[in-house]
Amino acid sequence: MVDTPNTEPLEAEAMIVCRDVHKWFDDFHVLRGVSLTVNRREVVVVCGPSGSGKSTLIRTINRLEEHQRGQIIVDGIELTHDIRNIEAIRREVGMVFQQFNLFPHLTALQNIALAPLWARKWPKARAEEVATQLLERVGIPEQAHKYPGQLSGGQQQRVAIARALAMQPKIMLFDEPTSALDPEMIKEVLDVMRELALSGMTMIVVTHEMGFAREAADRIVFFAEGNIVEENTPAEFFAHPCEERTKLFLSQILMH
Amino acid sequence: MTTTTPPVLRPPSPPGPIRWLKKNLFSSWYNALLTIAATVFLFFLLRGLLRWVLFQANWEPVANSLKLFAVGQYPLAELWRIGVMLLVVSFLFGLSWRVWGGTMGTFALAVAAGLGLLALLPIGLDKLPLTARLWLLANPLLTGGGFLVGRFIRRPRWVLLGWGLSFVLLIVLLSGIPGASWLPRVESSLWGGLLLTFLLAIVGIVASFPFGVLLALGRRSSLPVLKVFCALFIELVRGVLLVTILFMFSIVLPLFLPEQVRIDRVVRAMLAMTVFASAYMAENVRGGLQAIPRGQVEAAKALGLSGFHVTLLIVLPQALRMVIPTIVGQFIALFMDTTLAYIVGLTELLTIGRAVLQSRKEWLLLDMEVFVFIAALFWVFTYAMSYASRRLEKALGVGQR
Repeated sequence: MVDTPNTEPLEAEAMIVCRDVHKWFDDFHVLRGVSLTVNRREVVVVCGPSGSGKSTLIRTINRLEEHQRGQIIVDGIELTHDIRNIEAIRREVGMVFQQFNLFPHLTALQNIALAPLWARKWPKARAEEVATQLLERVGIPEQAHKYPGQLSGGQQQRVAIARALAMQPKIMLFDEPTSALDPEMIKEVLDVMRELALSGMTMIVVTHEMGFAREAADRIVFFAEGNIVEENTPAEFFAHPCEERTKLFLSQILMH
Repeated sequence: MTTTTPPVLRPPSPPGPIRWLKKNLFSSWYNALLTIAATVFLFFLLRGLLRWVLFQANWEPVANSLKLFAVGQYPLAELWRIGVMLLVVSFLFGLSWRVWGGTMGTFALAVAAGLGLLALLPIGLDKLPLTARLWLLANPLLTGGGFLVGRFIRRPRWVLLGWGLSFVLLIVLLSGIPGASWLPRVESSLWGGLLLTFLLAIVGIVASFPFGVLLALGRRSSLPVLKVFCALFIELVRGVLLVTILFMFSIVLPLFLPEQVRIDRVVRAMLAMTVFASAYMAENVRGGLQAIPRGQVEAAKALGLSGFHVTLLIVLPQALRMVIPTIVGQFIALFMDTTLAYIVGLTELLTIGRAVLQSRKEWLLLDMEVFVFIAALFWVFTYAMSYASRRLEKALGVGQR
């Protein structure tokens, strides 16, 4: 159960394996031979300058973008052109977007219950019960029957997280989840993400929130110009960055 | 030391009609002048119109030909079938009113009132016999009955099924069963007037909607054969006149069919209207589909929903909500276009009007009355469609969510 604290010994089981992944947008070489492994229960924060390809990388993991060279293996399933593999992977991988992307014609509850109802074919009562529990977990049970247009940004993003969790995924991908929020709402979303990390979810988070990275991440990956420049534990990363590029990035981002 | 300021009250909105008039119509000297000019203009216009309608116009051709306008040349002895259908429809409206309320109620009442008033029309008993009036008066009663019975309906789906079945009943009753002496066949060439207009329009509208949606989805599909076929179909049909398509189905189609297969003339016209409207519907729907942000589809796919579910649950509901005004405009245009059916020998409402005018020498100059009557009839039904679409938009929260 994902909502009880982790009491089992850490297994170094690879949930996501990227081997030499290349991607081109027309002629632009956006991912240049990325190799990354994420283990079960690990929280990996990916940071880096804009346009470095970090969002593209996590979008290739659930096939929202297609990689042209290299291998991506998610929970033992290889990501190929086979639509069955893709759909199987998408059921195990949840994603939270910068722009929330909630379905505006459905209430918060319906947004969350939709996927289990249709993709996992649960009965309506069960789907709605799970949806209600998830709304409580993210802290907004009273907003169940509101439409996304009636919710604040922070509430919308929390509903989006609940929606992704409804499919009971093994991995959660976050694509700059707080970049479209104002400072007061950032905290409420980060709290939910922290709780999720503590409960043992495997997470990859693309973000600029260094505070969150320091507290919740097992590993920080610094991404620039299409590839990983440096990766380390948060303590080491902030205290003793190795590469020049990393030092430059840190000096700019930690000035605020 | 903190002091809380007392809440500042919003100044009261100007009450009463006098203040409203002052604010909106007479706020400045030129507004006041415009108001007076408009009022005078409207007064003379309405007075002239009402005077013409009530005193000067000769409504003889209309009053004498009510049956023709309503059902064309349908045999008098079999008119009871139309009567029965009207009763069924009134009853269904009553049920729908109880089950769904709101807009359905308005329509139920409008139909009941319309038919009731028709029964009480102050024209001679020779033009609208007593039996016909009694049949008509029974309709409001059945609407009321439907309203009372509707209490026991547990699922709205049953009422929808009822409407669907009523259409089947309509076709069976109208055409009759060959060989049955109690329900003899009535050739479809005898169907005419408002009955035929409704038939063509309803079938055209109801059938073109799903086809249009499928065509639009097909045109956006990634399968090349499907995409090309849909695009070709749409562009071809949109590029020709409805008259041409009516001709194609009425005259050319029978040439390609074997001797034994004969498709009814009315059915051919219905096919033509459906095909025509589907192409326009497809482009309207495609516009809506294109307006859905990519993030919606990405989020739905990321949840593991299949392409079919993404389209059905996320894309289509949003797209269709957006294009309701356009689609309803399409429906209204189709309703008007049924008048072209005369080209393939069908006697719909407008054709009957022209025939009535030419049937007697002294009526030839009374075209104004007949056409105003027909125009008023068309207006009533197209306004009903507009009204229904606005209420539908409100119920679906269009523009608010």
